[in-house]
Amino acid sequence: MQLLSSLLFAQLPSLIANLTSPTAASTVTATAPAMATHTFTLPPLPYEYNALEPHISEQIMKLHHDKHHQAYVTNLNAATASQSEAFKNNDVKAEIALQSAIKFHGGGHINHSLFWPSLCPSSSPCSSPSSAPSFVAAIESQYGSLDTFKDAYNKLLMGIQGSGWGWIVKRNGRIEMEVTKDQDPITTGEVVLGVDMWEHAYYLQYWNDKAAYIKGVWEVINWETAEKRWGGKKVGDVRV
Amino acid sequence: MSFVARIARPTVAAARGVNTAAALRSKHTLPALAYDYGELEPSIAGQIMEIHHTKHHQTYVNSLNEAEEKFAAAQHANDVKAQIALQPALKFHGGGHLNHTLFWENLAPKKLGGGEPPSGELAAAINEQWGSFDGFKKTFNGYLAGIQGSGWSWLVKDTETNKLQIISLPNQDPVVGKYKPIIGVDAWEHAYYLQYQNRKVEYFQAIWEVINWKTGEKRFKA
Repeated sequence: MQLLSSLLFAQLPSLIANLTSPTAASTVTATAPAMATHTFTLPPLPYEYNALEPHISEQIMKLHHDKHHQAYVTNLNAATASQSEAFKNNDVKAEIALQSAIKFHGGGHINHSLFWPSLCPSSSPCSSPSSAPSFVAAIESQYGSLDTFKDAYNKLLMGIQGSGWGWIVKRNGRIEMEVTKDQDPITTGEVVLGVDMWEHAYYLQYWNDKAAYIKGVWEVINWETAEKRWGGKKVGDVRV
Repeated sequence: MSFVARIARPTVAAARGVNTAAALRSKHTLPALAYDYGELEPSIAGQIMEIHHTKHHQTYVNSLNEAEEKFAAAQHANDVKAQIALQPALKFHGGGHLNHTLFWENLAPKKLGGGEPPSGELAAAINEQWGSFDGFKKTFNGYLAGIQGSGWSWLVKDTETNKLQIISLPNQDPVVGKYKPIIGVDAWEHAYYLQYQNRKVEYFQAIWEVINWKTGEKRFKA
């Protein structure tokens, strides 16, 4: 008790100083958001790098996960750290200037984190539509058949001009297909499936043959994940 | 009878119109390269050049011809909605054809002058704008590295001010309007991925070894 009060007493001058001096006070409050900054990390793949062969090669998966996704994580952490610094300094201009980097690298992190569990080895039951009874029922009621749904999604993916993603999103209980450019993430509704149509996702194996890549992707779509997400479970969501 | 005639007439007219337009309009073709695919090595692998030219550029040419045919048909049918709907395809594939044609011309193997720094008025204009050729390259590489997704960076002349400028454009958007292209660099992943994978900065450094500044000087003067 005595020790505590003497400690308090010893700190009292600096407490008072913090309350009275605006410079010191802003330093104290500013450390809070800086300390709260979350460091994003690269999620491990839910399977081996070669698990999606022959549809997506081990070399592509290694580069895609270890280099591309890692770079988005690294750059997102750098951008968010700079933004907390800007907040701390009340530097609105710097805050705004960082938005594009946060959208791009944050989107890259979000999108790839959703993508990995959207895939699974073709030898595993998760790659069969029978693993997604309620999602497939929704597809059939909305599109008539799984094939019609696939055709519509293929058309969407083939029509992407430049880098981007094709998404299956659940909105108001319905299936919607949507393209986002570059690394723009889906921000409304719940992503059920996503396919990366950046050239880095297929080029080493398929070159310019996008259609063959898409055909390969269908062999490794993770229908178990789709079923979970359709049922409202989060799989691969980036959360701070 | 008159009902049949009424539908039959415009159909025949439209068909004739399409044929005439198709006969008058010459199709776009893939331009030949002024050098062999392997001659830009080690900066750009022969395999990349071959796929880039015979597959990617060829697809832009084919798709542009297809879009133009559809556009001509829509014009003769007075179908404005269809004409508008075709604009993104015309822009994307037309841009792809224009951009790649300019790109091949502003590249050259070392033995044909690739990588030799610009001279004359263009060199002076570059020095005036960026202090030095190295300063220019550094700034240009910053533009290339800053592209988020697919796109191109260009050294352009602003025809209103007659000054040089560096711009980046997304996807296959071509250089149009007041800007005149001088030198373009393709920053799509297909332009480098087989050789450099994710190390695009290395591609951006190596490309300067095969830039054809003689082409740049001609475009600057024109």
